[in-house]
Amino acid sequence: MAEILIRNGFVIDPTRNINGDVADIAIKDGQIVEGVGSKAKVIDASGKVVMAGGVDVHSHVAGPKVNVGRLMRPEDKLFKSPHNQKNYRMESGFSIPSTFKTGYDYARMGYAFVMEAAMPPLHSPHVHEEIHDTPIIDQAALPVFGNSWFVFEYLKNEEIDNCAAYIAWLLKVTKGFGIKVVNPGGSSAWAWGLNCLTLSDPVPYFDITPAEIITGLMKTNEYLGLPHSMHIHHNDLGNPGNYETTLESLRLAEGVATKNNFGRDTVMHSTHIQFHSYGGDSWGTFESKAREVMDYVNKQKNISIDLGCVTLDETTTMTADGPFEHHITNLNHLKWANTDVELETAAGVVPYVYDKDIKVNGIQWAIGLEMGLYATDPMRTFITTDHPNAGPFTRYPRIIKWLMSKQAREETLASFKHTDKVIDATDIHSMDRELSLFEIAQMTRAGPAKALGLSNMFGGLGVGMDANVGIFDLNFNDMPADPEAIEKAFSRACWFIKSGEIIVKEGDIVSHGNKRTIWVKPNVAENPQVIRDIQDKFLKDYSVGSDTYQVRDYLAPNPYVIEFDVEA
Amino acid sequence: MAQITLKPTKVPELYLEGYNITPDAFAGKSLMEIADLDAHEGKIKVKLGDYFEIAGQSGDTAEETAINIDGDCSRIKYIGNKMSAGSITINGNADMYVGGWMKGGKIHVMGNVDSFCGIAMEGGEIVVEGNAQNHVGCAYRGDWRGMRGGTIRIKGSAGNDIGTFMLGGTIIIEKDAFIHVSTHAEGGTVVIKGNVQGRVGGQMVKGDIYVLGSVQYMLPGFKKVGSVEQKIDGTEATFTHYIGDLGERHPKSKGKEVYANLYVQEA
Ligand SMILES: [Zn+2]
Repeated sequence: MAEILIRNGFVIDPTRNINGDVADIAIKDGQIVEGVGSKAKVIDASGKVVMAGGVDVHSHVAGPKVNVGRLMRPEDKLFKSPHNQKNYRMESGFSIPSTFKTGYDYARMGYAFVMEAAMPPLHSPHVHEEIHDTPIIDQAALPVFGNSWFVFEYLKNEEIDNCAAYIAWLLKVTKGFGIKVVNPGGSSAWAWGLNCLTLSDPVPYFDITPAEIITGLMKTNEYLGLPHSMHIHHNDLGNPGNYETTLESLRLAEGVATKNNFGRDTVMHSTHIQFHSYGGDSWGTFESKAREVMDYVNKQKNISIDLGCVTLDETTTMTADGPFEHHITNLNHLKWANTDVELETAAGVVPYVYDKDIKVNGIQWAIGLEMGLYATDPMRTFITTDHPNAGPFTRYPRIIKWLMSKQAREETLASFKHTDKVIDATDIHSMDRELSLFEIAQMTRAGPAKALGLSNMFGGLGVGMDANVGIFDLNFNDMPADPEAIEKAFSRACWFIKSGEIIVKEGDIVSHGNKRTIWVKPNVAENPQVIRDIQDKFLKDYSVGSDTYQVRDYLAPNPYVIEFDVEA
Repeated sequence: MAQITLKPTKVPELYLEGYNITPDAFAGKSLMEIADLDAHEGKIKVKLGDYFEIAGQSGDTAEETAINIDGDCSRIKYIGNKMSAGSITINGNADMYVGGWMKGGKIHVMGNVDSFCGIAMEGGEIVVEGNAQNHVGCAYRGDWRGMRGGTIRIKGSAGNDIGTFMLGGTIIIEKDAFIHVSTHAEGGTVVIKGNVQGRVGGQMVKGDIYVLGSVQYMLPGFKKVGSVEQKIDGTEATFTHYIGDLGERHPKSKGKEVYANLYVQEA
């Protein structure tokens, strides 16, 4: 592979505590190296910012619910699908872009890795087919476990070792990355038309509580020593007053110690926390509890979070939180898709318009940003939109602008119909903090890579790391007075190099790259009981056989497998 | 008002997407510049000048620009797409999407139009001397935001799915209509001066439908509430008044549920 030398850029690399030093980055054979020969291709980055490729910890970009969104929303593509373009595959869609547009748009923003945040195990072949169809970016997928009948039965009896053996088996057959938990117990209760809105609501039939599921899965995660922590979408998402349930759920991390060989310090990743930090007892009294939640997150150092910022766009909500999607369609009367995934999970899809002139939407916008601004540890606080739930991932540059510029926040706030009411219900107007490029690099690169246990490959520019490098048109020593220039620079990287190959050249995609599917294979001692339980369930309960259940190798033709032995 | 005349010179092998045939795109341009405007035949990008002989002069603004198409447009789609002002006269038939997403101005079609005439229209006026195919004044597929304003008058008959998801504006069909009128509508008025076969007002939340002929099959979700004298589009008559669709949710105004109204002229 060709050698590349990126010269004279302002390098921002929190993994080596480098903040804007002018330096060269050398690339050879897909990795960052000490130096290259005189024949290396030279890219002049002078006057520009150089960062590692972005790492997205949570995004819904592949699989059945994403595709249901595409199918049920042809209007998402209207006037947003350019006719054929030279060297590109056709791109279509806005909030639920086609697989090709997804790969291109992440590359244009300089992102190298994206985690598909919820894979229904039964439908994992579909998830991997779409991942395979998404060019350029490396991807992994988190299977959902928070409503699994196996998990309920093992954890009910406190059989962490059996739960671990089951999860190790499932990660292997679905080519999964880690443990995702969505509305623990609640999505299973939805099959009875019920929900679990508190941590002590028993799951119908199984008689286990969300608190027991969360604690059990954190312990299982550390028993296995997986790269990533347990990754949770808390109970009672999206409702006024839910911050107390959120805090109660976060506190469960206090009793769990981290154990892994991947440099991860956390035991819980709390996702799209904006949706879980609401005060008030109705939409009329709805208010921000960002401060209360972030005060706790800041001091509880074994938790990481991502923001789930509302971007004030027309978008498509989609989640394994089946009862919540039913709740949304009752609020906005828009079309609704709903499904139950046997033994495993549920899901729903509903379009949603976040309107800057609706008070509650304005408050939601403020809460997401407040959480980023209250964070004292950007290495545990990551920028997301829970794409596409709070907005499309293509708005990350806009969120960066808002986080970096009080002026940009004030301009948006002033454009609302209910500016005063939003100010009354939030802290945003009084917050002066403006994040630095270094902090943005922590929140979008070094931090998520560390929480995912991938800090040896992603998130930094140290020698030996994967050569994922973005070059952005920002002068570190002379940052633009106009915040729009920040958004523009992060929307279109001047150059993006992925695994040592030039993907974006002067703003345009020039290669489909060499994407990888990353999955985790923990080897545990043979567990006859769990093998018998799996055979039993496929015999009695599943509508498919265990042979057809698994993801075949051809669906992940360029795999990167993290394989390790679990010490019992 | 400055006038531009387009004379079709060849029949497209596929269908021509003439989305730039609008007063907005023509305004302030020379004949050469107009001939150079993009169009698509299938996936191939073409120029308007490849299909038309262009004469006359455009106005400085859309409002001051009148487009006269002197010939058949049976294989040309999207005439008047998103137009905001000015006028288009088509001396012949036109294909799909005439006046789609139109915001203002006037389109006059001397012949027939195919489907999706006035789709998601926001304002302005469309008059069709002949018949229309399906989806007159409907929403784009999947969208819940249909026609919001303006008037569509079809002097002949129309097919199915008229005014789907309509929110405002008026659609008048002077002869007969087939099925599905104002499905999911939440506003606006549809007048059918002839007969309609059925499925009138299915899942309709709000808005009005007038049928001056007969409804062959009434939907069970509509309930007769009385008889009223009304004048509609120049016709004064006695109508049987129904409300519905009772199977759909309905908003409340001053504590009272608001229903859609269906008025059928009494024989
Ligand atoms: Zn999510």
